[in-house]
Order: sequence, then structure tokens, then C-alpha cells
Amino acid sequence: MNILTYLIPISLVLGGLGLVFFVFTIRSNQYDDPEGDARRILSGEYDDRPKQD
Amino acid sequence: MTASIRPPVSACPACAAAPAAQALAEVPKDAHIVLSLPTIHCAACMATVERALKGAPGVHSARVNLTMKRVSIEADADVTAQDVIPVVEAAGYEAHELDSTALSATQTDRAGRDLLMRLAVAGFASMNVMLLSIAVWSGAEGATRDLFHWISALIVLPAVAFSAQPFFRNAWTALRARHLNMDVPISLAILLAVGTSLWETSLSGEHAYFDAAIALTFFLLTGRYLDHRTRSVARSAAEELAALEVPRAWRVTGTGEEQVSVAELRVGDLIRVRPGGRMPVDGEIVEGTSELDRSLLTGETLPVLAEPGRTVSAGEVNLTGPLTVRATAVGRDTSLHRMADLVAIAESGRSRYTALADRAAKLYAPGVHILAALSFVGWYLYAGDLRVALNIAAAVLIITCPCALGLAVPAVTTAASGRLFRKGLLIKDATALERLAQVDTVVFDKTGTLTAGTPVLTNLDALSPEESRVALALAMGSSHPLSRALVEAAQAAGIRPETVEAIREVPGYGAEGRWQGQVVRLGRASWVGGQDLAQTAAWLRIAEDAPRALTFTDRLRDGAEVAVAALRDAGLRVILMSGDTAPAVEAMATRLGITQWLAEALPADKASRIAQMSAEGAHVLMVGDGLNDTAALRAAHASISPASALDAARVASDIVLLGSSLAPIPDALRTARKARKRITENFTIASWYNVIAVPLAVAGLCSPLIAALAMSISSITVSLNALRVR
Repeated sequence: MNILTYLIPISLVLGGLGLVFFVFTIRSNQYDDPEGDARRILSGEYDDRPKQD
Repeated sequence: MTASIRPPVSACPACAAAPAAQALAEVPKDAHIVLSLPTIHCAACMATVERALKGAPGVHSARVNLTMKRVSIEADADVTAQDVIPVVEAAGYEAHELDSTALSATQTDRAGRDLLMRLAVAGFASMNVMLLSIAVWSGAEGATRDLFHWISALIVLPAVAFSAQPFFRNAWTALRARHLNMDVPISLAILLAVGTSLWETSLSGEHAYFDAAIALTFFLLTGRYLDHRTRSVARSAAEELAALEVPRAWRVTGTGEEQVSVAELRVGDLIRVRPGGRMPVDGEIVEGTSELDRSLLTGETLPVLAEPGRTVSAGEVNLTGPLTVRATAVGRDTSLHRMADLVAIAESGRSRYTALADRAAKLYAPGVHILAALSFVGWYLYAGDLRVALNIAAAVLIITCPCALGLAVPAVTTAASGRLFRKGLLIKDATALERLAQVDTVVFDKTGTLTAGTPVLTNLDALSPEESRVALALAMGSSHPLSRALVEAAQAAGIRPETVEAIREVPGYGAEGRWQGQVVRLGRASWVGGQDLAQTAAWLRIAEDAPRALTFTDRLRDGAEVAVAALRDAGLRVILMSGDTAPAVEAMATRLGITQWLAEALPADKASRIAQMSAEGAHVLMVGDGLNDTAALRAAHASISPASALDAARVASDIVLLGSSLAPIPDALRTARKARKRITENFTIASWYNVIAVPLAVAGLCSPLIAALAMSISSITVSLNALRVR
């Protein structure tokens, strides 16, 4: 059962990482236009190189 | 939306110390323009619109949001929406200006983001706790089980404290107001589950409901979030649709004219209203003659003469010549706003309706509490053990907790509103779909709703070829709607204009010129020499010949015929009510095959007729756009207004049509019926789960595993059933 002392913290840390990433995506407005983003990938623009800001 | 979150340029603390930086900060701020694009629907549309806008002068960037059907544009400070709308329209898409200063999106968005964050935390916690619970269910014993329970408690306690706050808050408000809502049993179940589980764990008990408490929070938050998202998208777009508001006006000053926002106008100001412009204030004409289109306020299609001394009301449209108006009432004091306010006080059809979910909650909440209390008392008397009794009461609360009920309505409305939004319908009110499903009578307004508000010439062939050529020449110089309709009809018939010299437009009356040495006139009956007709008409006279009438009718709005036919086929009563004259209304009714109509109806008439029909048991859907419809829109059981409608009418209605076509209306009714059916089915599913699981819980046979299974399965079934609306 000693294995649990590694596995439980690992599972918690991995889950926590997921949560942190999710919080990051919320903070950076990535859910404002789900439908548009799903379609944007189909456009041929910026296929050769990324958009210049 | 990114721009609205960015801090303002001037908010840099170093500015005070650095003059150079301050000079930089004073560079005029970029214009931020938001347009609504009701017809946009695909990847190619987005690319076309963005490319077209980026090519326009002064535009820095443009980004389309397909979910909200909007485009946000960053441009030079002097670029206005009027400059970019034609660009989008040239690319082939309908565009309306949204009032970006009134954008409440950031605020509603914050609430949505807050819910999403709580949802994420609840999701994270429930996944981890479920992992540990499965180990316990599959046979972890003794110290391992206790350890897993303690870790679960460690995760669940802070997660519930954060995620379940919305329920606790609502429950507290309800309890303070001394009534019960759905959040009271929810909060009680969560708190009791966590409380008894902690107690059990501290005594190394076998059963802990930590997973149930957090899963409950997660499912219920999902319902809340769906509900919020559906409503906030619709509400913000409908509120900000400033298509017909006049945000700016030209004020006459000592030195010339300046453009000011309407909010800055004061009583006594002189305001210049150009042809095609809308009156921003109530006032009196001091200079200029023109014609006014009052159809949005009264439903009349005939333009009225405007000359110095006449009073005008906000909302009327100036047709021909420039007018200077002295303001007598501004802002909230204008008759437009006063009427809108009066309407707001009147009782609305929707306040008499109780949402299905609320009705269910009213039955449910007391039932749940009584059941839990009874099983607690029963088990305490029978077994004499507080711990057993409390555990069973908690299990009953968890099982009966309205997980599926909480999802039953939002899951369906989300699916249905999503479907309708793609068809160009914005659902503004939460219960609109439920009410729409009950509709059996549809009342249409005429001007601006069934008609597009643009006239069409009806009797071009009644003129001799020569007359039509002269009429075309006179009409070509004018921007009056009737002239434009004449030009359009004549050009479509391949008529070429005659050479008419010295054409001059007499604002408010018509156009005059010389043709082969004779005076020719095209314009109002009184000026040309004809007599007033019941329908919209312009008169043409060549020299001293008898004047000839050119009659016009209103162009039907796209999809009006289809919509009316589909509604009648569906067995609904269709009625036409208008403030216009009887012959015009009758002609429209026969054209569309509507047998019941009411002409020359005052706003109060419309509302009282609808109230009367409601009293007789009918469920009325009102479709209207003008100020004269506003009272009727509120009195009706459900209401729809087109995007071109007056602000007050849009506010009063439940659903806004984003495109210009009426065709989606029958579809909205069909979807609403289907949605209502799904909601009832969902309630039935949820009740069946309770019927099966509650006896188990009361009998003390419900283990945490059964509770988790019952909860998840009922929630998933309900969500899947909701998807069938699409």
C-alpha cells in the first residue's frame, strides 16, 4: 500500500494542473466564440505562417 | 470583447511624472465599433467580412464572433458605424449598429465566467473524489478506507465552500423572505451530506457521501451555467441593438453646426434634422419644410406635411428637406419615452405566467423536506440511533435532490434557443419558449411588421409612355421614398427619362421642372391639383392637363406570405391589427388571406382587444414593431418584434427577429412546442427516478454507490432527451 503515498499526490497534482490550465483558458477569453473558433480552423488564412500582430 | 477589458490608456500611474507619456496618452482614442450580423453563418462568411473590413480606410482590425453573430472593429477615432456598415453590406451581409457604450456584455460575462470557474472547481473535485470512492466501493477496508475518506473530505470541503456558494446565497435570500425555493433543499442536501459524512469518517464509518455532495454541486452548476449562457447571449444582443436609436444629433450653434450625442441635448437647443434622419427630441419646427413619416409611432403609412410652427415628436422620420427644430422635451421627457414608460407600468402578459420549473419547485421543495424529516423521525423512533437516522435522512435528501429537475428546463431551453438563434431569432425572456408553445392566436401589426416600410409603385401602366418618362425625370432628382420607388419601377420597365430642365425640389411638396416649355410637377395632391386618396399616392401634372395619380403600396416584408400561410395551415387564428386606414388594411388582409382585421386601431384599442381575447381563454402571440404596438406586445401572452422595431417595442417583446424575414416565426412556434414537450418528458423521467430510488433511501438500503448511479444516470438521460429538440 506504500505505492499510494506516491499515486494519490500524483493524481491530485495532475488534476490540479488540468484545473490551472482551465482557469488560464477562461482568463484569456477562449470561450467567447466557441462556434467561430471551430470554423476558423477551416479557413485557408495563416496556413503557411502565423498571423503577424 | 477583448478591448473592453483592457485598462484605459490614461490609467497609467507614471503619466503624472512623465509629460512625454501624457502627450502620448492624449492621442485620440481609437473608435470601437460593434455591429450585429444576423445573416452570418459559416467560415467563409467570417473571412469575407473580416477581409472586407480590413480593406476599409481607417480600420485597424476586425474580428467576427460567430457565436454572438457580431463583429468588433477597431478603427481611427473619426470612423463611425455609418462608414463601415456599407462595407459589410457590399460584402453581402446585413449589418446593424450595436451601441458599444451600452455594452453590458462585460458585466454579464463576468457572471458567466464566475459560474464557469465554480463549475471547473466542482468538476475537478468530483473527478478526484470519485476516483477515491470507486476504490472504497470496490472493497477498501479499515485504515485505507478511512484514509480515502479523509482525503475526500480534504478535497470536498473547500470545493463545496467555493462552488456551491450560488445555491447557499439563493437559499438564504429565499429563507429570509420566508419562502421555499429549489435552492433550499439543494443547500440542505449538500450541507447535510458533507456534515454526516464528516461525522461518519471521524467514527471510521462505512458510508460517506462526499462524492454525492460534490457531484450534486457539479450537475446543478451545469444546469445553472447553461441557463445563464443562453440568456446572457440573447439578452445582451437584444439590449444593445441600437439599429434605430439616434445616438448622435446635429446641434445648431452660433458659429455653425456641431455633432453631439443625443444625451447632451437640452430644452431650447436648435437641432438640424437632415432628410432621412430621425427626430431625436420633441419640438417645434422653426425652419424648413418637409414631410414626416410617422409610421413607427402611429402605423399610418401616409407621410404628413411638416412646416414651421408644427410640432414634431421624437421617433418621426424626416423625408425630404432639412428641418431645424427647437427642442421642447429631451431624453426621458419626450412623448416617445413617456409612452414607453406608461407601457412599462401596465401589467404584462408574462407576469401572469409561472414558469414550469417554478411550478415544479413549489410542489417539490416542501415534499422533499417533509419526506426527509419523516424518515429521520421514523428511524430515530424505530432504531433509537441518532447516527443511523441522520444518515438515512441525508441519503433521502441526496436522492430526491432535484439534479435532473435542475437540468430538465435549462438543457432543453439551451438546445432550443441555440436552434432558433441559428435561424435568426433571439429569445430574450427565460419563459418565452414555454409561453410560445401555448399560442393559438397570432396578431400581426401591418406597417413595419408585415410590410418592409418601403413603398412600391402599383400603376405604372396607367400612365402614357410620355408621362412616365417625364415622371421618371422629375423623380430622379429626389431622395423621397416615393420618388425612389418610382425610379426603381420605371427603370425595371426599361423607361428612359425625358430631358426636363430647371428641376427643383420643393421640400414637403414635390418636384417641379420645365419640359418642352411647359411646367411639369410631381408631388402632393394639394400642390399638384389632385384630390387626396385613401392610399399613398403622388400626383403628376403636365402643363394644364388633368393631374394623374401614381398609387403606391407597401412592399411586403420577406417571408410574410410564407409565415402567414404556415401559421394558418398549423390551425392558428391569424389577425391583422393596424393603425392605418381601412382600405389599406383590407387590401393587405386580402393579399395575405387573413380574414380577421382591425383598422385605425389606437394603441389602447390593440391592447384591449388582446386583453379581451386573453380573457376569453386565447393565448395570443403579438408580432409588432412600432410604439403603437408596445402596449399590445406587453399585453399578449408572448411577443415578437423585428430588429428594425423601435427600441421600446424590442424591450417589450420576448423574442427579437434578427434578420429581415418573417419566415422563422412558424418555425419558432414549432420548436417551442417541441421544447415544451421535452421539458414535460424530462420532469416525468426525473419523477420516475425518484419513485424508484426514494423507497430504497427511506428503507435505509441506499448506499453511496446507488446514490451516485441514480444521480448520474437521471442527469444524463435528461440531457440526452433535451438534445432531441435540435
